[in-house]
Amino acid sequence: MEYFLQQLINGITLGSIYGLIAIGYTMVYGIIGMINFAHGDVFMVGGFIALIAFLALVAIGVTAIPVALFLVLLIAMALTALYGWAIERIAYRPLRQSFRLAPLISAIGMSIILQNYIQIVQGAGAKPLPRLIEGGHTLIDSEAFAVRLSNIQIIVVLTTFVLMVAFSWLVAKTRLGRDMRACEQDLKMASLVGVNVDRTISLTFLIGAALAAVAGIMYLLYYGVVDFYIGFVAGVKAFTAAVLGGIGSLPGAMLGGILIGLIETFWSAYFTIEYKDVAAFSILIVVLIFLPTGILGRPEVEKV
Amino acid sequence: MTEPLLAIRGVKAFYGNIMALKGVDLDVNDGEIVTLIGANGAGKSTLMMTVFGNPRAREGSITFQGGDITNVPTHEIAHLRIAQAPEGRRIFPRMTVLENLQMGATVSEPGHFEADMKRVCTLFPVLGERLHQRGGTLSGGEQQMLAISRALMSRPRLLLLDEPSLGIAPMLAKQIFRAIRELNERDKLTVFLVEQNAFHALKLAHRGYVIVNGLITLSGSGRELLESPEVRAAYLEGGRH
Ligand SMILES: Nc1ncnc2c1ncn2[C@@H]1O[C@H](COP(=O)(O)OP(=O)(O)O)[C@@H](O)[C@H]1O
Ligand SMILES: [Mg+2]
Repeated sequence: MEYFLQQLINGITLGSIYGLIAIGYTMVYGIIGMINFAHGDVFMVGGFIALIAFLALVAIGVTAIPVALFLVLLIAMALTALYGWAIERIAYRPLRQSFRLAPLISAIGMSIILQNYIQIVQGAGAKPLPRLIEGGHTLIDSEAFAVRLSNIQIIVVLTTFVLMVAFSWLVAKTRLGRDMRACEQDLKMASLVGVNVDRTISLTFLIGAALAAVAGIMYLLYYGVVDFYIGFVAGVKAFTAAVLGGIGSLPGAMLGGILIGLIETFWSAYFTIEYKDVAAFSILIVVLIFLPTGILGRPEVEKV
Repeated sequence: MTEPLLAIRGVKAFYGNIMALKGVDLDVNDGEIVTLIGANGAGKSTLMMTVFGNPRAREGSITFQGGDITNVPTHEIAHLRIAQAPEGRRIFPRMTVLENLQMGATVSEPGHFEADMKRVCTLFPVLGERLHQRGGTLSGGEQQMLAISRALMSRPRLLLLDEPSLGIAPMLAKQIFRAIRELNERDKLTVFLVEQNAFHALKLAHRGYVIVNGLITLSGSGRELLESPEVRAAYLEGGRH
């Protein structure tokens, strides 16, 4: 029982990170019907920017951890958002009128470029960050097993929760959110009523990338390392999460993220850790076959 | 003669390599109801969309209030206060009626919203009772009323209506035609109306055009067209009256 509880905590933490990335996939798919394969790598770039920002802040003498954390959050979100925005402008927008596969291929190209770029400028090895946030709480302390909830886990889950609430509010209640939903439901009609569709798509990429940056920071804090390849693995899992939850659905992305995090964690805990990625991908296949619209997705009726 | 509110001159538009509009000339004067009638696939909807630059006119010009809008981006055309209730209504299906109306007010001043809401709910009371219902769950007729109301929320100087009577009950169609007349007579709203239901459209309109295969073949006052043998033969006899 204690062991189970511990895995539950770990799974939810990991799932929060996947969920934050999954939002970017699902939003972009919702609006322009395209899988942004480079999104996982944007998350990876976010992790690197956060790492560099941490080290730079320490170098100039900002050592108070809450202050540093807050500054890193701002810096990484802003710079990563810029990446997201630029990718759309350079690699996707020029192809929006061409055949459906074109932007998809361009996205795969963008993903390879980002990975190689980071590998060249940062090296292929894993880059560590000294553990910044120590400590935690022992929830249950039986003789056999102690259930621990670390402070980092609290920060990861809490940050994700706050961002989810803020983001859901943005989509449901603000003018920008309404424009985004209008674009998602009928791009052409949105432009007929006067919505600047290009600008709305840009902002969608910007916000998606900023959320991926937060996921990158959380990953860095949680695991203490980043390398150029984390975007691929985490990206595919977050994409699986988006599909599992129902691609195009925001609560679906979050729910899917948590589920994938839990499945991966429990699989590693009770079966074999070597096959944890296989578990996640098997689920992708099973979902695509038996539940193509995902848990919270809707059947494709009005989408072309 | 003052210059027309909307002037379409020699407009050609394409889907890929297929020419859907083959050099269309058409005027809409301030305060008029102008109707465009024609068979299915003649190019009526294309012309309406071409006014919004989607597809863009590849030849010819479109001017609105004297300004050339041929190459203005679609969303900026909405800002010039041209509004459209397009073919198929295109309600935002997962938004409420209220949100659909808010979308219609995208280019309008926020201060006008309350008054404009009152206005459309007086015009179509059923919408006022359904403000929090999702657009996609409305009946066809209600969706059409919402599409027109959404267009009205921008306080348009020119309203484009693409087949507002298509696929809805005759009773509701009548209500919609009555509303169009009321808007024109009371609020001096200029309307450009596309219809397959030629009889009602020509009775309502001041002037009309007939489009065949991407070309205007006939034009005149509503009455003239109603009495013209070509129109009677092609669009009225045996048609839906
Ligand atoms: N999106 C499109 N892609 C390709 N061809 C189209 C498209 N829309 C309309 N067409 C073609 O353009 C012609 C005019 O269509 P349309 O303007 O819809 O006619 P109408 O509204 O008068 O029924 C038709 O031949 C139609 O098949
Ligand atoms: Mg049509």
